[in-house]
Amino acid sequence: MKVLRFILQKEFRQIFRDKTILAMMLVMPTMQLIVLPLAMNFEVKHVQLAVVDHDHSSYSQQLISKIGASGFFRIVSMEDSFLGALFYLEKERADLVLEIPLGFERNLVREGHEKVAISVDAVNAAKAGIGGNYLNTVIADFNANLEINQKAIIAASSPQDQIDITYANWFNPRAEYRYNVVPAVLVLLLTLIGGFMTALNIVREKEVGTIEQINVTPIQKWQFILGKLIPFWIIGMVVFTLGLLISWLVYGIVAQGSLLLLYSFAAVYMVAVLGFGLLVSTYSENQVQAMFIAFFFMMIFILMSGFFTSTDSMPPWSKVISNLTPVTHFIRVDRMIILKGSGFDDVKYEFLYLICFAIVLNGWAIWNYRKTN
Amino acid sequence: MAEKVIICKDLTKQFGDFYAVNQISFEVAKGEIFGFLGANGAGKTTAMRILCGLSYPTSGEAIVAGFDVYRQQEDIKRHIGYMSQKFSLYENLTVLENIEFFGGVYGVSRKEIKERSDLLVKDLGLEREAKKLVSDLPLGWKQKLAFSTAIFHRPKIVFLDEPTGGVDPLTRRQFWDMIYEAASSGITVFVTTHYMDEAEYCDRVSVMVDGRVEALDTPNKLKETYGADDMDGVFYRLAMGAKRTGD
Repeated sequence: MKVLRFILQKEFRQIFRDKTILAMMLVMPTMQLIVLPLAMNFEVKHVQLAVVDHDHSSYSQQLISKIGASGFFRIVSMEDSFLGALFYLEKERADLVLEIPLGFERNLVREGHEKVAISVDAVNAAKAGIGGNYLNTVIADFNANLEINQKAIIAASSPQDQIDITYANWFNPRAEYRYNVVPAVLVLLLTLIGGFMTALNIVREKEVGTIEQINVTPIQKWQFILGKLIPFWIIGMVVFTLGLLISWLVYGIVAQGSLLLLYSFAAVYMVAVLGFGLLVSTYSENQVQAMFIAFFFMMIFILMSGFFTSTDSMPPWSKVISNLTPVTHFIRVDRMIILKGSGFDDVKYEFLYLICFAIVLNGWAIWNYRKTN
Repeated sequence: MAEKVIICKDLTKQFGDFYAVNQISFEVAKGEIFGFLGANGAGKTTAMRILCGLSYPTSGEAIVAGFDVYRQQEDIKRHIGYMSQKFSLYENLTVLENIEFFGGVYGVSRKEIKERSDLLVKDLGLEREAKKLVSDLPLGWKQKLAFSTAIFHRPKIVFLDEPTGGVDPLTRRQFWDMIYEAASSGITVFVTTHYMDEAEYCDRVSVMVDGRVEALDTPNKLKETYGADDMDGVFYRLAMGAKRTGD
């Protein structure tokens, strides 16, 4: 234990001496937590729309003004020909083209139906998909409120056989993305600090050559490793606390569930990602290698973690990968505890998962760290 | 001769079909200054790493400070000091912090560390630099500090891997004074070097060529045997036959 205290003293001295790294560890998460959730807004507003109105009737005008008033669209141009509108699409000045055919009003009134054409720039898949959907919804709404349809319903005196769906967003009533993104960003920050900082720190000792000096001392493996893990674990918890404070101050997000539970998860999760960093360091000889390996896995972790996409809608094979990613479990739990107020009983399997990750990753790293080659 | 602190018998380290160290045998007595010479790539560092418990030998035997290099590396490490080619103190710690850390991990008590490091800093004339970062010291001072740190815990043996590389002649001289002082206090010094004048300072010298120990004796006897005026001539004669070049 005495030896461990000397090692910890040395590690803390080095961490606090490198002011740049220290600032990066504390200021970067703060900045990211403030900036990222704002930027990572999956809500689509300001869809640029080019309209081709061949009809120039009062119905077509009504439709266009309804779309304009919905708040999601910005009508960038009114064109006479489809080709003219397509030009906007090609130049990326419009995301959607709405084409209203000649005889729109006449056909609606006489025949009771008419088609409009929507052309979507699918290069930006999210914007195109969601924008197209919005437009459909607006048109459907327009359709339902058309005078002739209203009359038809009254005339038939029985409502049309249609199912109308109303949504209620539980645990995030206004379906605001920040509620979803902020807890997840918090998890990513812990992952970055835990994974990268430990890996780079140890590999740096390899590069400089001081690890050789450590290996030739009687310092035991567990002492060396604990000496590296404990400081970063503490920093991770500080960053986590900082993150929760920012979530509360900037976004008004307060954990609905128990803070103790949340911290227990963060504590175990930090041990797991630190183990990951340690493992990376035992397999790399220099910082460039460590960066590449860590980055490769980080990408997978982030993309597979359910940060951007729902893990439930993944195909089975990718669900397996997703479950083998520690980030997935902590993001899930983090959202559950913060937004939903889940208790331990709801998340006990996730807890088990994280403990397994912590044991496997650290065990593997310790096994692979050799003082004698 | 006195008590043997290093006993090496047919020690071999093989990488694939390359024999980095090929059946070397020698013994080093307590308090001796043992020079370990050889051209670049002759296998000096590999042999030294085995003796320090940093590397497993492929075959042969070696006992260092009474412990076996196959099974008791951690016991060996407790009783030796090591100063490597690469500068091995922490550049971003101060002089005192480095001494404290390395003393501490060898189990020296805090009180003892305090006392001894005050003395050491005074001996080295580093009073004014004691609280400065090691990165701010000139190379010669760093090397002297590294040596002092390596013997701070009073090991039985200290291994020095080219300790004076890149250091000016005056500092080298001072460095060797420190080595003599350590040896006279009973610490065995195992040192590799490329400076032949330094080889003259050793009690006994071994010369490695292509992984083997080609010659081993006192500097004077070696000069006699090889009919050379100085160690330079001895080394030249032996290293001429080497098939390996450079590292």
